[in-house]
Amino acid sequence: MELRANVPAGPIDRKWDTHRFEMKLVNPANKRRFDIIVVGSGLAGASAAASLAELGYQVKCFCFQDSPRRAHSIAAQGGINAAKNYRNDGDSVYRLFYDTVKGGDYRSREANVHRLAQISVHIIDQCVAQGVPFAREYSGLLDTRSFGGAQVSRTFYCRGQTGQQLLLGAYQALARQINVGQVQMYPRTEMLDLVVINGQARGIVTRDLMTGEIASHAADAVVLGTGGYSNAFYLSTNAKGCNVTAIWRAHKRGAAFANPCFTQIHPTCIPVTGEHQSKLTLMSESLRNDGRIWVPKKKGDTRLPDQIPAEDRDYFLERIYPSYGNLVPRDVGSRAAKRVCDESRGVGPGGQGVYLDFGDAIKRLGEHVIRERYGNLFEMYERITGENPYNVPMRIYPAIHYTMGGLWVDYNLMSTIPGLYVVGEANFSDHGANRLGASALMQGLADGYFILPYTIGDYLAQAMFPKVDANHAAFQAVEGEARENINRFLGIKGKRTVDSIHRELGRLLWDYCGMARNATGLKDILQKIPELREEFWHNVLVPGDQEGLNQSLEKAGRVADFLEFAELMCTDALERNESCGAHFREEYQTPEGEPLRDDLNCCHVAAWEFTGVGKTPILHKEPLTFENVHLTQRSYK
Amino acid sequence: MNLTLHVWRQTRAHGQGSFVQYEARDVSPDMSFLEMLDVVNEGLITRGEEPIAFDHDCREGICGMCGFVINGIAHGPRRGTTVCQLHMRSFKDGDTLYLEPWRAKAFPVIKDLIVNRSAFDRIIQSGGFISVSTGGAPEANSLPVSKEDAELSMDAAECIGCGACVAACPNASAMLYTAAKVSHLGLLPQGQPERYQRVLSMMARAEQEGFGSCTNIGECEAACPKAISLDFIGRLNRDFIKASFLKGSKASRKSWAG
Repeated sequence: MELRANVPAGPIDRKWDTHRFEMKLVNPANKRRFDIIVVGSGLAGASAAASLAELGYQVKCFCFQDSPRRAHSIAAQGGINAAKNYRNDGDSVYRLFYDTVKGGDYRSREANVHRLAQISVHIIDQCVAQGVPFAREYSGLLDTRSFGGAQVSRTFYCRGQTGQQLLLGAYQALARQINVGQVQMYPRTEMLDLVVINGQARGIVTRDLMTGEIASHAADAVVLGTGGYSNAFYLSTNAKGCNVTAIWRAHKRGAAFANPCFTQIHPTCIPVTGEHQSKLTLMSESLRNDGRIWVPKKKGDTRLPDQIPAEDRDYFLERIYPSYGNLVPRDVGSRAAKRVCDESRGVGPGGQGVYLDFGDAIKRLGEHVIRERYGNLFEMYERITGENPYNVPMRIYPAIHYTMGGLWVDYNLMSTIPGLYVVGEANFSDHGANRLGASALMQGLADGYFILPYTIGDYLAQAMFPKVDANHAAFQAVEGEARENINRFLGIKGKRTVDSIHRELGRLLWDYCGMARNATGLKDILQKIPELREEFWHNVLVPGDQEGLNQSLEKAGRVADFLEFAELMCTDALERNESCGAHFREEYQTPEGEPLRDDLNCCHVAAWEFTGVGKTPILHKEPLTFENVHLTQRSYK
Repeated sequence: MNLTLHVWRQTRAHGQGSFVQYEARDVSPDMSFLEMLDVVNEGLITRGEEPIAFDHDCREGICGMCGFVINGIAHGPRRGTTVCQLHMRSFKDGDTLYLEPWRAKAFPVIKDLIVNRSAFDRIIQSGGFISVSTGGAPEANSLPVSKEDAELSMDAAECIGCGACVAACPNASAMLYTAAKVSHLGLLPQGQPERYQRVLSMMARAEQEGFGSCTNIGECEAACPKAISLDFIGRLNRDFIKASFLKGSKASRKSWAG
């Protein structure tokens, strides 16, 4: 396997323009002869499917939900970054590029990030034209707000539902193409495997979740926009259906998997209340503007928060990071909260929580001001916990939120399998070791609307395609494997439910490969995962049959893949002998407990090649060179 | 607390269904309604029975995937709340709950509490968009939108497409859903060129799909987890009447695409 990033030559701000000119075009009349499969209908998938169809390609789009409008992009709250500089506050394409590279702790590819920043301004234009109801000022012009990791105001938003509105924009563009027959939409259909013929991605095998029918779909190129793998941890802020299956199957068919250990943890989520917990809910980071985070000074202090006087409280973020206080970046805040809980000073049931207290802010500003700023968030908190945060401090705890790792792609978003493209969170591309807030929406739409439609044409214009259809032997073989797999699940008839095994995997990953990792623990979990996988394959209980809707069977397939993938994630975490961004290895920290990068030995993308289940994968390194941004140590003291 | 559930079980789309009784034991008030069902299902699976099928995904009230009727109320007793955000503290020990799927001709049952809502997608496909292709958009701030209009448009755009409005309506009308999209786009300057064609196409499609007509009952607004206002139906009606007249006057010039 060879990693060719295919980054164009020339100065950074000219690379994309030069490349766009140099790419081959497909004649408009020929476009209709090409079939493209898009898996996933989130921001990246839906925008790609719609844009490719507009160009004239024949597109098939697949999603496992009942409608493409339900992809998990819909849950993004905060906003989308763009270097419009409407505020006249010194923003520029270069500054957005710089902030993103730095925010990613210098583990992303400069050329990709710069292109993202360039394209960001067009995304806003496109979305406004589609009718996305962005927040406005009284002038009628677009409003922006500030977000973490930046000193300019460049985040465009639609109340607390920016992801929803952007996704509906892309969904409507997709609906328009479905209506004219340019896109064939397959809802409630799950991709089970990728089909590679003569080294090229030529299609997928799917299962119709309503009828159970296994089917083959052939194409000239396949695009995966299937999101991240946070649900390997069982509890995360992701939707229940989010899974690693599509990209994991592609990995097993030859696509390199990059930086799987880069998983982002969000500091402000509602804590776990018990064994029954099925998912975690995010509370917007903006709450940290007025809320103060604290725990009792004494271990095991069981007094109610209002009975703990100021001198017995530890406002630990303000104490450790006096200059940033409660507004330290996500990774720093999360680790500090974990540390105090590990010292048995956590609050709430199980001691896995810290207070986010608005008492002082309410005294200073009045309850009405706090209600105006955060009313909807307070309501959501109250709905979930039954506690009124105007009277009692909120309890929060970090949770897995986003995965920066994903399938390795070159500058053209193509994986190591020719003809297989990967967009959005499913690829590893632009966020390095840590993603800044409001950048996920930007990347998903940049990939789908403005990058893939060009780069995929360049491939189709040059590749040689003997026409294949779904009757090709390769499809029949993969279909056979998929059926066999399903029969295996159903035939085990063990004693444990899929969820109970998934929960156990999640707990292992959270304990050993979560907010802090160390070599001993990682070696330990690398023993435990294969044991749990064995347990799954011998003792899982999947009721029902293959015909018709069977949600337990769907889960079994996803968890089986998580059980294989988890091993790669931990292997990668063990291999990366440094701390950077969200990846915190306890052995590599400064005397003050801050992450210590090793730019000499670890300034690379770790891209893994699959060699077999339970076998050691092969590591390939794509060296990262920084010609524009200088590498420095982040400090928030 | 302990609850008695009567759950609609139906194995296939065209088969017969019936209520089956289950006991939910040791339910914590901190559980969401769906987490309570998860626990019931874990019990069913280990006893070798088929779990209750229900749709869900984000479990934070935004994706619109979940939804069923609890004791006759779509999404259950708490106003402005999807069933995934409904917590068990809204119930008390000893309660008896009847769970059934959305009942509407246009939403056929797939299994148990799951229905097929693809008719909603087809309403959007018939015209619930602005026909702009990628790439040709003008500079975003070249088109000011008054704050008032933008806010009102956003009020309508918050619709999550769950289908509770249809389930709550005695006519199984999709009027609130359609009105939300017509208003979201019709309130913005970008949406003007297709405004009247859009409302005609979408209304025609809704009728074709088998949704009933609106008789201004208002159950839809009461059941809507996003509290979408009935006012938008008034706005739709106004646009629809105007569009119907416009269509008549334009027909003679053969310039009307609809």
